[in-house]
Amino acid sequence: MKLFNVKNLIRLLVLMVVYGIIQYLFINKAINPFYMMTLVLVCIYIILAVSQNIITGFTGQLALGHAGFMAIGAYMSALVVVRMQGSLVAGIIFGALMAAAAGMLIGLPTLRLRGDYLAIATLGLGEIVRIFFLNMDYLGGATGFSVPKTIDWTWAFWLMALSVFLMSSFINSSHGRACISVRENEIAAEAMGINTTKYKVMAFTMGAFFAGLAGAIYANYMYLIHPGTFSFLKSFEILAMVVLGGLGSITGSVVGAGVLTIISAGLADYPEFRMVIIALVMIILMVYRPNGLLGNKELKLDFLRIKKKG
Amino acid sequence: MGSVSDLIIQQIINGISLGSIYALIALGYTMVYGIIQLINFAHGDIMMVGAYIGWFCTTTLMLSFIPALIIAMFFTALLGMLIERIAYKPLRHATRLAVLITAIGVSFFLEYGGILILTPQTRTFPEVFPQTVYEFGNITFKYGDVVIILTTVILMAILTLVVKYSRVGKAMRAVSFDKEAASLMGINVDNTISATFAIGSSLAAAAGVLIGVYFNTINPLMGIMPGLKAFVAAVLGGIGIIPGAMVGGLVMGLVESFVSGIGFSTWRDAAAFFILIIVLIVKPTGLLGKNIREKV
Amino acid sequence: MKTKKIFTYLIVALLSFTLLAGCSPKAPTDQPAADVVKIGGNFELTGGVAEFGKKGENGAKLAIKEANEAGGVLGMQIEYVGADNKSEAGESTAATTKLATQDEVIGIIGPMTSGNTLAAIPVITEYGIPLVTPTGTNSTLTVTEAGALNDWVFRACFIDPFQGEVAANFAMDTLGATKAALVIDQKGDYAKGLAASFKETFEKAGKEIVASEQYVAGQDTDFRAILTNIKNKQPDIIFIPGYYNEVGMIIKQARDAKIDVAILGGDGWGTGPIVDIAGKEAMNNTYYVDHVAADDPALADFAAAFKAEYNQDADSFAALGYDAAKLLIAAIEKAGSTDKEAIRVALETMSGFAGISGDINVDSATHNPQKSASILKFVDGEKIFAARVDPK
Repeated sequence: MKLFNVKNLIRLLVLMVVYGIIQYLFINKAINPFYMMTLVLVCIYIILAVSQNIITGFTGQLALGHAGFMAIGAYMSALVVVRMQGSLVAGIIFGALMAAAAGMLIGLPTLRLRGDYLAIATLGLGEIVRIFFLNMDYLGGATGFSVPKTIDWTWAFWLMALSVFLMSSFINSSHGRACISVRENEIAAEAMGINTTKYKVMAFTMGAFFAGLAGAIYANYMYLIHPGTFSFLKSFEILAMVVLGGLGSITGSVVGAGVLTIISAGLADYPEFRMVIIALVMIILMVYRPNGLLGNKELKLDFLRIKKKG
Repeated sequence: MGSVSDLIIQQIINGISLGSIYALIALGYTMVYGIIQLINFAHGDIMMVGAYIGWFCTTTLMLSFIPALIIAMFFTALLGMLIERIAYKPLRHATRLAVLITAIGVSFFLEYGGILILTPQTRTFPEVFPQTVYEFGNITFKYGDVVIILTTVILMAILTLVVKYSRVGKAMRAVSFDKEAASLMGINVDNTISATFAIGSSLAAAAGVLIGVYFNTINPLMGIMPGLKAFVAAVLGGIGIIPGAMVGGLVMGLVESFVSGIGFSTWRDAAAFFILIIVLIVKPTGLLGKNIREKV
Repeated sequence: MKTKKIFTYLIVALLSFTLLAGCSPKAPTDQPAADVVKIGGNFELTGGVAEFGKKGENGAKLAIKEANEAGGVLGMQIEYVGADNKSEAGESTAATTKLATQDEVIGIIGPMTSGNTLAAIPVITEYGIPLVTPTGTNSTLTVTEAGALNDWVFRACFIDPFQGEVAANFAMDTLGATKAALVIDQKGDYAKGLAASFKETFEKAGKEIVASEQYVAGQDTDFRAILTNIKNKQPDIIFIPGYYNEVGMIIKQARDAKIDVAILGGDGWGTGPIVDIAGKEAMNNTYYVDHVAADDPALADFAAAFKAEYNQDADSFAALGYDAAKLLIAAIEKAGSTDKEAIRVALETMSGFAGISGDINVDSATHNPQKSASILKFVDGEKIFAARVDPK
């Protein structure tokens, strides 16, 4: 696959326009810092949702430990930045790599499990990670760990764009196809000579890497990280974004993450009703659109595409 | 005072009494899972509703323990059926993940709806049974422990009889074995699933009332952790298997007591999950589960 | 399929609409700036410690309501803007940002827990908004570990080390304890802070901590396992610096396990339903540190007004939420303007403020209120005054 084909150039152009408009509005004070924060959170959740989708939507493995990987990324990057006085980039890379390493370590034994057993095992691992950080007084423990805010909207947006691009390239590669075959029929895939364990671990490691990256962005943006933020409810939230957007659709995850985060911020003026409304949105959307907003289709820039045929 | 063996016996008693409650909640998870392969994440919150109904009965209506327990079980059974009809039934043919997300939605709805309507305030139960403490040397246990264990044993015995011998129970087993074949045999699948939800939810309500009466406090988020742990217990024992829920619940209770007992109370939950993962890796279908070869 | 496409575009349209609607510029000149004063509240309205957040918010709202009925502040009515931090640090940052930049409040009350307050500090410092936390007791909130003062942070409560010290001295001097056991809530730094200073004071006097057990608040209900351990170590006193929900259950279970020694705690025991939870008899031989005004008639008036307004029993969270709001209002009055820097200076130099939880004199070097503490004892479910301790 060529990196600089027309399609990618158009995508890049669209991204630049989106970035430019928001940046312009922000500089002109048309977007207040609260909405700016919401947009950065949208970027973070997009990375989380798409990486969860790689594991669950494309490879078919129901894992519920994403908050754990996010926590590893967040705490490890904070370790580098605060305790070791490292640079932000070093922190982010270290955080993501540590999460990926943890993903691989956890994936190797647990990915033998199927379906709901995998779900509960990964959920348990995510909780173990949280309890570990809760007991780590060196990294703030129960009080939380203060991290200076060094990430801004520009960083978050372009890291998000890069992550989504890398993950969608992975899905469209032969490795990605192999992952999809594992989802469709594991036994048939194995019979076709695909090393299913290898691809499952690969997808899992990749998902963990980007979850760690999102966690690192979160840590360096939100001033304070706290073990309570990374409970299993966060994993549920991420999974909900993926399923609401559509399993197996990258743009679906983008939409799902955007919808849930923006609804939550938009309802900030009605604190008592906020979570009840979000719960109802989840139920109603699922009952009426069980395959998610986009199903497994992708949202395409059709109207921009140069027509090849008819 | 306090020889090591006394300490161990005391921790075993603590663990069994706690584990009985996990087992009661785990039963509901296991039954629902057995019949429609759904992890009903709202189950812990249904337990919370049961506890609130029990609280209402014992405070406002001034009822005693057994009537309060029965009323709570009855209304929670209705709630369970209602939730199934509204939120899960339309998704009978959708992907299992869609239903899972709905279950999470229902769980959030009950929790935050509870905070909205009941306020986050902690409520306290009145003393519905005697606060007698029995002492054998250094070992103590309460009247409440006896009630918890007895209630759990009685309800489980009833449940086992129902599943084994009653029409509904037989229908349940048939549906969980093969839905289509069961409907061809003239079993009303929808009603059977409703009945499963009703029974599972009423067991959760019993657990909720027991927790409320024993620990004396209830709040709208009380269902989250026991719910999660009971689910772990169900998987530990082998999900979908009724005796598995009992074994899993007791194992969880004992593990928690002993980990706290040796001075690692902060790692207690981590230890419970760790044991779960080890068991799953060694025996992926749980302690009492049968290994099933997947069909091509 | 066509309908699907339409649906997709609809969703996209809806989203962009929400975004634009949210982002629509809010010119500050839209509102007549002169006749209302906006005060924000960042509280734990949902999530694990919602109970305390809701109580604190109700207390703050009551103070604002009373101030408005008395003619407002500087001749202006006070408008309260609430925000929920879901008992979570990240949400606390977001809620504070919303209050600071969207609602443009001139002062913030809350959050109740130290962790969530810590998450709010960078935001209020960036936008220069004074914040008064009702119950954020961690000493690093106002003075960082490095010794720097957080200019914009104030509090209505006393700090952890003071309470722990008071409790330890009382345990040794009055109760004659030589062996203590600690039961610590691992989730909050409130309990950890109290326990640490208790331990330091106790051990410095040559006494022994025989057991130190932990639990997780808002999650654990069964404490028998750790109590079995404590019983085995035979302490003379047990120090449980937690919140009343868990403490009530721990005391009940401790008495059931035949642990009859004195039990001591901090202001988190509050005036909440601890006696209902533990039972009157179990509460005998227990003591806790409370704010000095516990016998003040003003507190009874407040409790009655609170009950009438919210049909809830007031506790120390409500009282401190009330005091925090009143402290902020008093500072606006004292500053004589709604300028945030002037309010900050007024808070920093506040003295002789008569709160229902005791008189508050703000120490301008640390922003901590100098408040006296009293030790109360439970006898058959009633609180009896046992000792009074003044700050050094």
